[in-house]
Amino acid sequence: MTTDADSATKKRAAGQSAPPPAIEFHGISKSFGPVRANHDVSMTIAAGCIHGIVGENGAGKSTLMSILYGFYEADRGEIKVAGQAVNITSPDRAIAAGIGMVHQHFMLVDTFTVLENIILGAERGLLLADSIAAAGEELKRLEAEYDLYVDPEAVIQDLPVGALQRVEILKALYRGAKILILDEPTGVLTPQETDQLFRILQALKAQGGTVILITHKLREIMAITDTVSVMRHGRVVADKITAETSEAELAELMVGRKIRSGLKRTDVAVGKVALRVRHLTVRDAYRVPRVDDVSFEIRTHEIVGIAGVSGNGQSELLEVLAGILPVAGGGFEIAGRRIMPDDPCDPAQLRTLGLAHVPEDRQRLGMVAEFSAKESAILGYQNEPLYQDGIMFNQAAIAEKCAALMARFDVRPPLPAVLSANFSGGNQQKLILARELDRAPDVLLVGQPTRGVDIGAVEFIHRQLIDMRDQGCAILLVSVELEEIMALSDRILVMFEGRIVAELPAVDADERTLGLMMANAAAATA
Amino acid sequence: MPAASLPRWIDTGVIPVLNIALALIVSGLIIAAIGEDPFAAMAVMVKGALGYQEGIGYTLYYATNFTFAGLAVAIAFHAGLFNIGGEGQAYIGGLGVGLVMLALDSALPMVLLLPLGLLASAIFGAAWAAVPAYLQACRGSHIVITTIMFNFIAAALMVYLMVNVLIQPGQMSPQSREFDVSGHLPFVHEALAWIGVSFARSPLNVSIVWAAVCCLGLGAYIWRTRWGYELRTVGHNERAAVYAGVNPRRVIVITMCISGGLAGFVGMNEVMGVHHRLLLDFTAGYGFTGIAVSLMGRNHPIGVVLASLLFGVLYQGGAELAFEVPGITRELVVTIQGLVILFSGALAYMTAPWVARIYYAVKPRPEPAVSAA
Amino acid sequence: MEDAFVFTVLTANATVRVATPLILCAMAGLFSERAGIIDIGLEGKMLGAAFISASVAAVTGSVWLALGAGIALAICLALLHGFACITHNGNHVVSGVAINIMVSGLTVVLGIAWFQRGGQTPSVGPDARFMPITLPFADVLRDVPLLGTLYSGFLSGHNLLVYIAFSAVFATWWVVYRTRFGLRLRAVGENPQAVDTAGISVAWLRYRAVLIGGLLTGIAGTYLAIAQNAGFVQNMSAGQGYIALAAMIFGKWRPVPALGACLMFGLLDAVAIRLQGVVVPGIGEIPVQLIQALPYILTVVLLAGFIGKAVAPKAIGVPYVKEA
Repeated sequence: MTTDADSATKKRAAGQSAPPPAIEFHGISKSFGPVRANHDVSMTIAAGCIHGIVGENGAGKSTLMSILYGFYEADRGEIKVAGQAVNITSPDRAIAAGIGMVHQHFMLVDTFTVLENIILGAERGLLLADSIAAAGEELKRLEAEYDLYVDPEAVIQDLPVGALQRVEILKALYRGAKILILDEPTGVLTPQETDQLFRILQALKAQGGTVILITHKLREIMAITDTVSVMRHGRVVADKITAETSEAELAELMVGRKIRSGLKRTDVAVGKVALRVRHLTVRDAYRVPRVDDVSFEIRTHEIVGIAGVSGNGQSELLEVLAGILPVAGGGFEIAGRRIMPDDPCDPAQLRTLGLAHVPEDRQRLGMVAEFSAKESAILGYQNEPLYQDGIMFNQAAIAEKCAALMARFDVRPPLPAVLSANFSGGNQQKLILARELDRAPDVLLVGQPTRGVDIGAVEFIHRQLIDMRDQGCAILLVSVELEEIMALSDRILVMFEGRIVAELPAVDADERTLGLMMANAAAATA
Repeated sequence: MPAASLPRWIDTGVIPVLNIALALIVSGLIIAAIGEDPFAAMAVMVKGALGYQEGIGYTLYYATNFTFAGLAVAIAFHAGLFNIGGEGQAYIGGLGVGLVMLALDSALPMVLLLPLGLLASAIFGAAWAAVPAYLQACRGSHIVITTIMFNFIAAALMVYLMVNVLIQPGQMSPQSREFDVSGHLPFVHEALAWIGVSFARSPLNVSIVWAAVCCLGLGAYIWRTRWGYELRTVGHNERAAVYAGVNPRRVIVITMCISGGLAGFVGMNEVMGVHHRLLLDFTAGYGFTGIAVSLMGRNHPIGVVLASLLFGVLYQGGAELAFEVPGITRELVVTIQGLVILFSGALAYMTAPWVARIYYAVKPRPEPAVSAA
Repeated sequence: MEDAFVFTVLTANATVRVATPLILCAMAGLFSERAGIIDIGLEGKMLGAAFISASVAAVTGSVWLALGAGIALAICLALLHGFACITHNGNHVVSGVAINIMVSGLTVVLGIAWFQRGGQTPSVGPDARFMPITLPFADVLRDVPLLGTLYSGFLSGHNLLVYIAFSAVFATWWVVYRTRFGLRLRAVGENPQAVDTAGISVAWLRYRAVLIGGLLTGIAGTYLAIAQNAGFVQNMSAGQGYIALAAMIFGKWRPVPALGACLMFGLLDAVAIRLQGVVVPGIGEIPVQLIQALPYILTVVLLAGFIGKAVAPKAIGVPYVKEA
């Protein structure tokens, strides 16, 4: 498995005295209860290079890095840093070994200044004043060296995400990190910020540092890494030299089979407008527009996909249309009802208007983990007359309905009394889809329908969505998986910083054009 | 939660019993430490609480209060709210009953006064809980702190009213006049006498019947109605509740009103059932006992009833014990109450890892039937 | 004029006397809550410390042993709270309530078992109490108008624990804002994960915070028992732990504003006694209960956001569990 990378190391080392690899994993295994997150993982990362780790969600990338950073302890296996076997049992050991990590969710104290965050845990002496003075000097040096400017006196909660990421990198460098791990660093970044991040990483490499980049975005792997490892189902399935591989090959390795060019689907003529969105605006708690003057419509027999780097307003768009977030400006119309800032509509009312919603975050939104499956199967429909028996619930009707939904969508195990949390991700998602599709909605909002879902269930779920569209449902699909968007949609809208910056028929879309539009909004609209 | 992987009968049976056992063992050590014999003390308590009719009457009378207070805490817990304000809500609930009785006891017959008293205690208790609920739901203030504050405000208000307004003229101690007989809840020994059964006198009154009704009603409400479903959704996952079209603010306010109303019935039991007049401090900490009862009963009505009976035994037995053994006071029961809250509440899952180890040593861990991918 | 001045000094002294245990408890709560551990148990720790210190003072006659015993007990209770909340991820409020109820019972049970006086401890003489300290030159300066009166009448003449309480405020401020420990303490209450990933133990940090809380509540309890009074009486803390909690919230989890709140609540208490039966022109007689309830009412009003906004540390009351 490691032969490719070994040869890569050898090639690099040819002609000079070979430094030991920065990191070696030998047979790392880690389980969480019944879930095997890492299984006999071995990997070698050469010093002074940028190494990518790709894989689908749940492939075990983050777990492996958390083990390296001492956040979890491996059940089995060994880690060597610069040729020395190390026993990293906690983050401070990792820091001492020269490892720094930028987490997907920033580990910053919102009420602290940049400087306070940077020195936290790496203070010099018992008094803050000394640490702050020393850190100020050190920061100036790092800034100059890596072109990494952040105002040290700024308070974290006032800073944009791009700056927060620079703070995280500074934190690691301040601790003397020689090896920097970045976990999905670009998911929340604008293209400019991504470019800047890559420049910083190149600078790190030029100074002799080692970078481990975890991502599921193949374009980034191709753009910046020297070597790459592919993970699938907790195992390393390939180690490659980036220059010798291609996006297509990596994608195939990631998924474990050839990506199919599209689902079999019939052409159906679209019908009347089912959902009309006009100048819709959503603001967050700081009054910043998250959805900014968005207009579009979806017709019956049509799937409209929203493509975009996550965090560009797609989630907020889904939630405002579902009635969860308030409309701040403009509005939308469904079944003849206009929803405006001064005429709001809650999720319950919207359901009666023929809207259904498969939320992005099924664990936190789509079901209640502590409920039995049958209770989760009526979430949002708890007031339906079918489920009532006078003022009481009709328990038999609820159980019967749940059993029927489970049978129709092949939810396993088909036991309505089992706790929702005890189903696998795919089965949870199937149950939620079954619930939402059961009323034959006129408009369906779907967010990340196959996130964290096993491959077998993906095709099934895609098939169901296509069938719904064939039957006349108007579907709005949000997904971070471009392939999914392209496979399912009739029309694609590209969202960037809360706006819709491009629209194109799915037949005209390929991953490259879409990627360009998502990444470089200005050029795409121009 | 560590116990999630254990079978249900262990989670809801073995562990709670183990926790209570721990609390009782520590209590026994305390009794031993002050030089008394814990086993003899226990025998006195059990005999005092259950050994004769009057004792049983007292035990059930205490259990009635604890059931109301425990249910009040329990329903709030299901909505994710910690109502520490049962004491104040009970106090104000009692005030409501008292005011109605003082105003109407000579004008109306018992058949009308009884439902009016019930309603008054519920409404006053609910109102006292509604303010913290509103502040939590709409102004974001923490309900634990506000309900604590409202306990103190209730106490101050009652002192003011009793000393300055409601005191019976010519009396030294701050008490109202006694209600007419039509404003008394019938004692159980009286009610039994009507049907020819003789039972020793005790404060036990017909409130206990209402407590039983509340238990059944609350169980049905929480698990068998759409309102209870919405309440539990809010308690488990507020975002999912919003997704499901539930308004968490409404649920919070309604739930706290029910909770406060239930606590208010403690006031009814005391004012209309036992003292037949308004006075100070009639709640005597029962509202706080409700916290122990609810935690011990795992917030389930059946559990609350069982825990209430246990605490009824402890209170009545403790009183008997204090009478029999000079070295021991009634406050021993308060100590045990604290220990129960500690072991059944804050340390509820302390024993779970050990129990799991023993369980899986006896019975090998099966491959999970449902795999989490 | 002179009368008004004397009256002011007397009221100020009364305020200080009442505020001292509040200040100590508020600082204790501040350490704990800034670290993310809700501290409802101030009342119980203070009451327990009061009982033990009174008992030890009565038996040994030593103020220092009494103070040590009070602190030791409060620290034990704080450790119990930590064991439940930090080690076992128990509900902070439940644990605090348990401690309060347990202590309120246990102090009486033990009091009767040990001293047979209906739950009180024997009252102790001046040797076994913290008595007023006369600051240098206080007697000499007494007759100097204003400044002298201020010095000898107000600044001088309190017991040691009062001076400790006021010093504790500034010590707290310094520790929280000027030391490494303070930085980490504030961080762990806001985002424990950030602390964990920075290589610092969340549990040990939080344990230290509750231990400091134990120390301070131990002093507060000792003050109640053998400085302000001369022995233990059943439930003598009488809700002051909760008032201190309210004061800390009122001070928005900051030491100096919390001191201000404690003094304000202390003043209300001092004034309430003097206002009993006094008819205020235009308003009539102010019920003394209203003034006594004012700290609670004000705290509710503050929390409701009607006077500014009290924002609690973000991670308060949330057990720290690494997500799998």
